[in-house]
Amino acid sequence: MWFFNSPQIVFGEGALSYLAQVRGKRAYIITDEMMVKFGFVDLVKQQLAEANIETRVFDQVEPEPSLDTVLRGAQLLRAYEPDWIVGLGGGSPMDAAKAMWALYERPDLTPDAISPLEYLGVGQKAKLITISTTSGTGSEVTWAFVLSDPAEKRKLGLGSRETMPTIAIVDPQFVIKMPPRLTADTGLDALTQAIEGYTATWRNDFSDGMCLQAVDLVFKYLPKAYANGGDAEAREKMHNAAAIAGLGYINSMAALAHAMGHSFGGAFHIPHGRSVGLFLPYTMEFAANGGNYRYADIARFIGLSAPNEKESTRCLIDAVRDLEMRLGSNTNAASLNISRADFQAAMPKLLDYAENDTQIVASPRQPDRAELEKLFWYAYDGKAIDF
Amino acid sequence: MAKITFGSEEWVKALDNELNTSQAYEDAAKTWEGDFYFVVDPEGAVTEPMYLYMDLWHGRCRESFVVADKSTKNPAFVMSGKYSKWKLVVQAKLDPIQALMTGQLKLKGNMVMVMKNVKAAQEIVRACTRIETEFAM
Repeated sequence: MWFFNSPQIVFGEGALSYLAQVRGKRAYIITDEMMVKFGFVDLVKQQLAEANIETRVFDQVEPEPSLDTVLRGAQLLRAYEPDWIVGLGGGSPMDAAKAMWALYERPDLTPDAISPLEYLGVGQKAKLITISTTSGTGSEVTWAFVLSDPAEKRKLGLGSRETMPTIAIVDPQFVIKMPPRLTADTGLDALTQAIEGYTATWRNDFSDGMCLQAVDLVFKYLPKAYANGGDAEAREKMHNAAAIAGLGYINSMAALAHAMGHSFGGAFHIPHGRSVGLFLPYTMEFAANGGNYRYADIARFIGLSAPNEKESTRCLIDAVRDLEMRLGSNTNAASLNISRADFQAAMPKLLDYAENDTQIVASPRQPDRAELEKLFWYAYDGKAIDF
Repeated sequence: MAKITFGSEEWVKALDNELNTSQAYEDAAKTWEGDFYFVVDPEGAVTEPMYLYMDLWHGRCRESFVVADKSTKNPAFVMSGKYSKWKLVVQAKLDPIQALMTGQLKLKGNMVMVMKNVKAAQEIVRACTRIETEFAM
């Protein structure tokens, strides 16, 4: 038994105007200061005003939102009592909005107790709209969210099926001016979700097609969107790819690259997409060395030809590395100006947190602690995985 | 090697032994603090509930036994499910986390602890699968 969960997705040019059709009284927009500066918050407010919905704005969501921030936001929600919550921005504001929504409805919970293992009763007071302004996190269509615990320097993968957004707006107007580095980082996040979603042990017939389509779109359009941000077709396709990848992985599961990426990103403050993308080819090699050749299906789907599954898998891993290099992304941890001494000092926590990250449970090959340490070091040095 | 009946005192001791000889479990559960009831709800030929008690502490199982009266202990965590679901979990045919997420198994206790120790939960199941188990149904 398993589920396929999805919000109502409104996508394509003009998708934002759907907000004018929403029925309600009060909406709290959860966002960050940049969204205000870019005028995106005003665009959302205008549409909600057409629907006669009052708005209030919380624009203090920081990158990798902390447990404290979502507690603060939830308190404001309780005072305003909205019937809609709108998460506007990249993954951080949308993730924060999900957590605040749950805490608004369940003030007895702590953020790190929001889990898919028990009924929470979310959705009695309000519903959630997500509007993505980057193309990669997929947060607009998933119930999962990542919060950071600054005291422990740890990222926590949390969520409940009940924190699935009600409506997701996937409108390419928000991403046309995304800078190249953010385009690359977020695009690689989508790629990592799609590849891991397709190969995780929780994969299923419903999620497989989503993941394959997302990988194909990323390989076709991410280089174009990176090279020429004004390419409207590439922007729209990448925006769709991100949402499709999100749907793919959330209805299957992410895997080891996410577990290592969360741990590493939390320790060294590396953006999520850059972090998980860095570990993706290493974890693919590790899985393949254990005889997992499901990657070959993806290789065939995107038109990479090789005589057998093993070589097709190799082709895909090489293609991922090649893409990362074309995007000027970091392909090893040392290139992020992290000294060997600092990496060594962080290693016990890197291992503890990666081993117990929720995303590790469905990895096609799970490393023991010694293997995990080797994986981190190989990824630090940029060495191909040979074990 | 003779098979051990699932849910028996002997089976709980075998699991206790598997955990206490597993380096992987010791590593994964080194910060875990909390005792458990694993509750097997009656179903079919199994007409009475089973209560398996395990005191799990910092990567070790300090104490384990079967209780007839559930009020014997008041553990921090209670995981329960029908016999047929436990059987699938012990046979590694049902992922315990997926079973929890779909309501086939239920868990009561501090979810923060659980969400930060998913690997330990997996190692417990792996230990279960190493026991030569026979089932009543």
